[in-house]
Amino acid sequence: MTSAPVTHAVEFKDVDIVFGEEQRRALAMIDQGASREQILRETGAVLGCAGASLAIAEGEISVLMGLSGSGKSTLLRAVNLLNVPSRGTVMVKDGDRAVDVTACDKATLRRIRQERVAMVFQQFALLPWRTVAENVGFGLELAGVSASERKERVARQLQLVGLDQWAGKYAHELSGGMQQRVGLARAFATEAPILLMDEPFSALDPLIRTKLQDELLQLQKTLRKTIIFVSHDLEEALKIGNRISIMEGGRIVQTGAPEEIVLKPANDYVREFISNVNPMSVLTAWNVMRDRRDLEPAGEDGWLWLDRRNTTRFKVGPDGLVVAAEREGRPAAWVSCDDLDALPADAPFVFWASPGTPLKTVMLAMHRSQTAPVALLDDTSRFVGAIGIRDVLQGVLRRS
Amino acid sequence: MNWLPEILSEKIPVGRWGKLFFDFLTANFAWFFDSIASALSSVLGGASAYLLMVPPLVLVILIAALAWFLQRSWKLALGVALGLLFIINQGLWKETIETVVLVVSAAAASMAIGVPVGIWAAHNPRVYHLLQPVLDLMQTMPTFVYLIPVLILFGLGVAPGLIVTVIFAAPAPIRLTYLGITSVPKPMLEAGEAFGATRRQLLWKVELPAALPTIMAGLTQCIMLSLSMVVIAALIGANGLGKPVVRALNSVNIPLGLEAGLAIVVLAIILDRMSRIGGGVRR
Ligand SMILES: Nc1ncnc2c1ncn2[C@@H]1O[C@H](COP(=O)(O)OP(=O)(O)O)[C@@H](O)[C@H]1O
Ligand SMILES: [Mg+2]
Repeated sequence: MTSAPVTHAVEFKDVDIVFGEEQRRALAMIDQGASREQILRETGAVLGCAGASLAIAEGEISVLMGLSGSGKSTLLRAVNLLNVPSRGTVMVKDGDRAVDVTACDKATLRRIRQERVAMVFQQFALLPWRTVAENVGFGLELAGVSASERKERVARQLQLVGLDQWAGKYAHELSGGMQQRVGLARAFATEAPILLMDEPFSALDPLIRTKLQDELLQLQKTLRKTIIFVSHDLEEALKIGNRISIMEGGRIVQTGAPEEIVLKPANDYVREFISNVNPMSVLTAWNVMRDRRDLEPAGEDGWLWLDRRNTTRFKVGPDGLVVAAEREGRPAAWVSCDDLDALPADAPFVFWASPGTPLKTVMLAMHRSQTAPVALLDDTSRFVGAIGIRDVLQGVLRRS
Repeated sequence: MNWLPEILSEKIPVGRWGKLFFDFLTANFAWFFDSIASALSSVLGGASAYLLMVPPLVLVILIAALAWFLQRSWKLALGVALGLLFIINQGLWKETIETVVLVVSAAAASMAIGVPVGIWAAHNPRVYHLLQPVLDLMQTMPTFVYLIPVLILFGLGVAPGLIVTVIFAAPAPIRLTYLGITSVPKPMLEAGEAFGATRRQLLWKVELPAALPTIMAGLTQCIMLSLSMVVIAALIGANGLGKPVVRALNSVNIPLGLEAGLAIVVLAIILDRMSRIGGGVRR
């Protein structure tokens, strides 16, 4: 279908999905920028989603977020064509090429569903007349995998989600959390590289939900799937997503990394969403630091002031490594803020953090060091910037 | 203002048209209906004859064993055995076997027609809309009305009995299969689609298993409806428990009527309990 090199696992290009008879008129109204309400009033058609363009890289967890009815599921379900786009293309990576699922033949679509894209449902959608093991093997059975291979692969998946003791039970004998583990195992069993998850944990109580989120992240470290995850819960989106797309009234209004969403909301709708988010839960040292190029020089030979109050300075060598540190005029040691408790008893010290260190840890380090600034070193120990108390306050108050 | 009475006085010849139609069928397709009738009566007659060759007590034990096998219940097996012994005791064994053969084959035929038609209608709303009035007709048209054409086409005997019974009983499995298939939860269907099921796989691996309890309720209903037709079947010459009832009616014979009626009730209970397969299991 295309011979261009495939760079994304899934790519939506200008996808419009309209439910109802009056497709053409509704599409014309979409082109004029009409809202969902206007389209419904004039044509009776429901706008599922409009003008959605989004590329999802391999191995990424991309979250679709928005209020109920904002079109998240509609867009997600276009990937395996449970919803058929009225217009636009959805490219799905298939080996070393990409297939447009909106235009491929039935056999190709079936192969994509059997081998490339698996799905986890909000209400689990298990088959109650099948045992746990038979449910997990469902996709393999449809794909015609032999009984012996199926048995072996199902056993492996059950082990993975910790349900090997439950293989012979029926779904209703399991708790909600366990049922969704079966749903996960069923999706993993086909070994499809792309996973669609439509609010998979929303039906679970909060404790179980957190647990399954953690398990998913843990599994993802080794499985490296491409996951499109629908959620209406921003906390969940921030925790799970590498990237988040916010949807409103069928349209994607902002796409970005979690902290971008929190730091630079694109409109009032997004701002409303993040108003209850504790910025501490997403911000890292990287998001609030001042770059070393913006720091004030503190004399000759590469000395730089880390803070605006000029209490602490570093001497940075030409290779970017820290050569010496000084605090309140006395030579100081520099200590990782991962070992807050292993403080040098005698000498003054300055904490350093990595770019990915949570802001919370940085603040704790400041607290321990009587509001001294914190230095930022990258993973080869090169000096990249510093965080003073004012930078932290700006980050938390979301002014930049 | 005077056109109204004119139209009303002009009787629409529905009855005559119907008769013309059946005259046409008998004139041109008599060979066809005759061969169906003789095939059916030899199959059903043969089945009854075979079963009657088995010593009654052996058959009672076999049926009780079947009851146990279907429902895993000793109580039911015992009840079935006692019920059948009562029937033997009343001297109605032969009639009961003939009725069982008629009822079971009518139910089998109704299911063989009803399940596929029900599935077809469930997948095809247009078919369902067309089918709806036909089913209503089959179930509400007084049986005696279609007895006449069936008699004309198939003559007297067990064949017309079977056909009338099927006409009366088949709507139940059609409706219940339709109901079962159309009420399969959407997420289950989507799970099938999302994992790449073909239409056929969707039917066999999702829809039918999900609808099975409802379809089985259709089987039970179908057997009961077939049993309720034994007296009418007897009127057109089918053998079985209906015969003594008709005889009792004609000769105002209270004891005979009571015996045959009780045997029918016992048989109904046995068949009902035994045919509740799959209902209430799981879910
Ligand atoms: N099959 C459908 N037929 C008609 N309207 C639909 C269908 N599916 C979704 N919609 C409508 O499309 C809109 C978006 O729905 P959905 O994508 O399910 O929202 P979300 O998942 O964000 O809650 C809603 O207004 C919904 O009513
Ligand atoms: Mg949804």
